[in-house]
Amino acid sequence: MTMTRRQALGFGAAAAAFAVTGFRALPAMASAEDADKMVMDFTGGKAPESGKIMLNTPEIAENGNTVPVSVEVESAMEGDDLVDSVLILADGNPNPAVATFHFTAMSGSAAATTRIRLAKTQNVIAVAKMKDGSVYMDKKQVKVTIGGCGG
Amino acid sequence: MLTRRDFLMATAALSAITGPALVGNWSRAAAQQALTEEDLLATKDFGNVTLVHITDIHAQMKPLYFREPSINLGVGEVKGKPPHVTGADFLKLYNIEPGSPHAYALTSEDFVALANTYGKMGGLDRVSTVIKRIRADRGDDNVLLLDGGDTWQGSYTAQQTAGQDMVEVMNALQPDAMTGHWEFTYGADRVKELVESLPFSFLGGNIYDAEWNEPAFEAWKMYDKGGVKVAVIGQAFPYTPIANPRWMFPNWSFGIREEDVVKNVEEARSEGADVVVLLSHNGFDVDRKLASRVQGIDVILTGHTHDALPEPVIVDGTLVIASGSNAKFVSQVDLDVRDGKVQGYQYRLIPIFSDVITPDAEMTALIDKVRAPYEKELGRVIGHTSSLLYRRGNFNGTFDDLFCQALLEEREADISLSPGFRWGTSLVPGQDITVEDLHNACAMTYPSAYRSMMSGKMLKDIIEDVADNLFNTDPYYQQGGDMVRIGGMGYTIDVNAAMGSRISGMTLLKTGEAIDPAREYAVAGWASVNEATEGPAIWDVVEGYLAKHPEVAIEENRSVVVKA
Repeated sequence: MTMTRRQALGFGAAAAAFAVTGFRALPAMASAEDADKMVMDFTGGKAPESGKIMLNTPEIAENGNTVPVSVEVESAMEGDDLVDSVLILADGNPNPAVATFHFTAMSGSAAATTRIRLAKTQNVIAVAKMKDGSVYMDKKQVKVTIGGCGG
Repeated sequence: MLTRRDFLMATAALSAITGPALVGNWSRAAAQQALTEEDLLATKDFGNVTLVHITDIHAQMKPLYFREPSINLGVGEVKGKPPHVTGADFLKLYNIEPGSPHAYALTSEDFVALANTYGKMGGLDRVSTVIKRIRADRGDDNVLLLDGGDTWQGSYTAQQTAGQDMVEVMNALQPDAMTGHWEFTYGADRVKELVESLPFSFLGGNIYDAEWNEPAFEAWKMYDKGGVKVAVIGQAFPYTPIANPRWMFPNWSFGIREEDVVKNVEEARSEGADVVVLLSHNGFDVDRKLASRVQGIDVILTGHTHDALPEPVIVDGTLVIASGSNAKFVSQVDLDVRDGKVQGYQYRLIPIFSDVITPDAEMTALIDKVRAPYEKELGRVIGHTSSLLYRRGNFNGTFDDLFCQALLEEREADISLSPGFRWGTSLVPGQDITVEDLHNACAMTYPSAYRSMMSGKMLKDIIEDVADNLFNTDPYYQQGGDMVRIGGMGYTIDVNAAMGSRISGMTLLKTGEAIDPAREYAVAGWASVNEATEGPAIWDVVEGYLAKHPEVAIEENRSVVVKA
């Protein structure tokens, strides 16, 4: 019987992608340090505090190719209480930069949702820069798994 | 390890706040060597609302043997805490007499001898008797029957009817709500069709439309019971699209979605709920963590991990109730609700001893009716076992060893893989193996037994990945099955090591050589979540093997070395 390796793999559609990108060293694979550096570039060297920003991700990705990620920052979005921008990073992707969202008072609220591709299990990081210069960060690990043996 | 003393103190502390806990009653009942139906069913009047919970029936309508695990390891903060206590330690923790009916129901100790003494357990006609009795004693209007899911899958007849047989039989029990997991493996269209046919709610606050990212099912429902407003929030198995084939229900996304649980609890409270219940298929450790993080849930009726605990585990005032599997148990939670809140509770895990509880004749007739078209095939004998055949346990089970052996031989493989499902019934030595017994261990909608070449490195990656799904120290990253079972290969596992370094000493058993990461091995397995997997159905593979080796005798599996 002929069967491709991908068809025959007993442990999920994600398995092929997992085995290829998750365990073979890719030359351009970023390190957590690269992501740290991007955070510092974004904040202008200021260490972010926790709180105010809430990052929402699944604990385990159903499909590493399209992982829903949403972020919300507590802010009145008027007067001095304004969010300037939010940076999203994936610290294990070949290129950690995912998105930067810019806000104004016209935005009404500082919330955004997107879908990102995650090559392997890693942290997703969200950093909010406020109008007053203060910075806040939230971080969630998203597991990219082969799956298929639960139950 | 939590000592009995600590455990009692933890329970007593809550009882001081909320009224009488049942500590002590269990042990008195458990010490009795003989049981009457009245012993099992009689209850002290307490409170004004009763929750009845049954879960993970896996389409088992008839009495059966089900051996509880001898190994069920916990990691991190839950190491040594229930439900990660088994065998003699379990008996000691709950003060249960070895050899007693409850020792038989709740542990694997002396299983074969006690199975012969106390007989089969479960049977939905016995469950019906219990539920009718509770409704009669407590008043029909004061009782909520809640089904935790994994109800429609797991038997030959459920497979043949795509869940219809279970829907008919469960409808006769008149549940108030259910949630799900394996239900989804009938595919989105069939699930919608069955859900629409139900005379009660299918709840799942964590099931979303994947495209529009909005709720796909009713999240929660308010019930008026005895003048008390009870909100029931449904929580389906969060990792259904990962543990099972996502392509069968591509438009539904799941996940724990803790923030939605919080939102639904708040919504229920703001609409006047006196009691908030989470009807959950999260698995025990996930629900224990959730209870510690989400405020305002009075009772979590947990499921998925098949644990049966004789007392609630209390987390920050939330009762976490584990009601077992395979219709072996029914849980009864009596709540005293006054002034808008739960003032106290009384709990019983009712073991369904099939020879003690009188079957409900109407239900027996209905079960016979739905099985009638298949009865002849169900009873067809395909082998005989002189060994105990069981599946449940973290690393291996003799029923899986039989499957792995069949895959190695019938598919001419070096190594075989069998998924670590927690469902599947047990057979005691001396029993015939029938078509029904075989299908109880493998009835599913993606049964193809594949054969494929895999490198030693890929094998290790797969085993490491499954191990992390079971032994990640953060319960929110666990999927709740047991380890994948492996034929033809031995290994050592350090459950407390980090992801990627738990597995060592992988050895090809037929040669005794170490597995070479670079070499390709012929691997056979079943239950691939990939679409278009090719190969014969697993039941045909095992039946083919049994035709050549009808007498089954399986030695204890010593190929997995566990460091815990």
